[in-house]
Amino acid sequence: MEKLLEFRNVFLTYQTLTDEIKAIEKLSFNVCDGEFLSIIGPSGCGKTTILSLIAGLIKPSSGKIIIDGKVEHDLELGYMLQKDQLFAWRTIEKNIYLPLEIKGIDTKENKEYALYLLEKYGLIDFRKNYPDQLSGGMRQRVALIRTLVFKPKILLLDEPFSALDAQTRLSVCDDVYKIIKAEKKTAILVTHDISEAISMSDKIIVLTNRPAQVKSIYRPNIKGDSPIRKRESKDFGLFFEKIWKELV
Amino acid sequence: MTKEKNFSKEHLLFIKKNKKHTLFIWIMRFAVLVFTLGLWELLAQLEIIDSFISSSPSRICKTLGSLFVENNLIYHMGITLYETILGFLIAVGLGYVIALILWWSETTRRILEPYVVVLNSLPKIALGPIIIVWCGSGSKAIIFMATLIGIIVAIITMLNGFLETDKNKILLLKSMGANKIQILTKLVIPGSLPTFISMLKISVGLAWVGSIMGEYLVSRAGLGYLIVYGGQVFKLDLVMSATVVLCVLATLMYSVVALIEKIAIKHR
Repeated sequence: MEKLLEFRNVFLTYQTLTDEIKAIEKLSFNVCDGEFLSIIGPSGCGKTTILSLIAGLIKPSSGKIIIDGKVEHDLELGYMLQKDQLFAWRTIEKNIYLPLEIKGIDTKENKEYALYLLEKYGLIDFRKNYPDQLSGGMRQRVALIRTLVFKPKILLLDEPFSALDAQTRLSVCDDVYKIIKAEKKTAILVTHDISEAISMSDKIIVLTNRPAQVKSIYRPNIKGDSPIRKRESKDFGLFFEKIWKELV
Repeated sequence: MTKEKNFSKEHLLFIKKNKKHTLFIWIMRFAVLVFTLGLWELLAQLEIIDSFISSSPSRICKTLGSLFVENNLIYHMGITLYETILGFLIAVGLGYVIALILWWSETTRRILEPYVVVLNSLPKIALGPIIIVWCGSGSKAIIFMATLIGIIVAIITMLNGFLETDKNKILLLKSMGANKIQILTKLVIPGSLPTFISMLKISVGLAWVGSIMGEYLVSRAGLGYLIVYGGQVFKLDLVMSATVVLCVLATLMYSVVALIEKIAIKHR
């Protein structure tokens, strides 16, 4: 498979008035096209910072982030945050048009594609509803569709399930996984939930404490066509134990 | 309404009880008014209180009637309403724009912060003489006063509303490639609508404070003028009548804002 994203010896140092914080040091890894990568690590180790770097919201202090073979890439990236971050004053339909409006590509064709996605994932009946009329799981699915409407090549997921209750979390995790696979997206998930990482990913990167470096890389080759199925597998437990020991 | 058929007996009973209670509240509210006015009138009629000093409901009615017939009341009401509404609109509009500028530029915000604090703590009435010298003694001075009293609070309230915008939502928009104007129009302005409404509510009250205070200081017409004039010539009937009209107008104006709130905020 072809490399879609590569971190090459990336350093990031934050300046505050009282301190200089080394968030990331000598970080190198890569993600292939169509791969599902999870990044896990101790809390506060700079996982979210890595996503901000990929999204271009902050620049590395040194080192290179190469996307699609270029530092100055023109690929579309979709960012999905912890809470659904739907705008309460917009209908579901208007919410998923938001990225199109921001990018100035709210054409009839693109809007139809957005509605097609709503339809495909069973939310079309709610297009005229407001977010507060939907359940947490449905809102999270809408949030995912909102990141898909402009056909991003890479999805960045920042603990997108952490605001959900345990039951919903499993099923939304399953839904999101299926949608990402069906749309053939490359995804990078940041999480502190080991089982979530194992059940969804092709590859897992475990980070060290701050400054974040790659501690180890896993490729959980677990049988099963969905996260819930994978959780039932025997290998699942083995992987869980290995990674868990490494985080302690 | 077809749903109602499925309600249980207990639920219907609950609704009935609730309705009864609401009705009771309304009756009692009315009773408090009737009782107060009745007692006032009775004490005045029995000459237990001096109605020259305390006036009475019947005398207020008579005064209102004669004011209305002489066509003065509408004129004074119009003057005060004009000053209040204009002062309100300028304070709200200008305050909103200044708050936007302060949100936009952190540097400007930090530079101007101490001045906003000073202007906020200053009792604006102290500027009365300056305003009279600058604007003369007409409506202009009163509108200026009403604006001055309202604008600082409008700025502070709105700026806080803008600054409270969810950082993660800003991050989301930035990840979509949004520029600052888009963040402002798609998120900050619509997201701060509830703050805007509460700012309107506060400003309505302050605009009345400003216009009446202004009329106390300089005017030749308006409800504030009637009150001050009535006090000076010891016509308490006039003072009370103007106050009653003022109560009604202020409540009406507040209700309009409350109505706007109901229409504007449905899904929050």
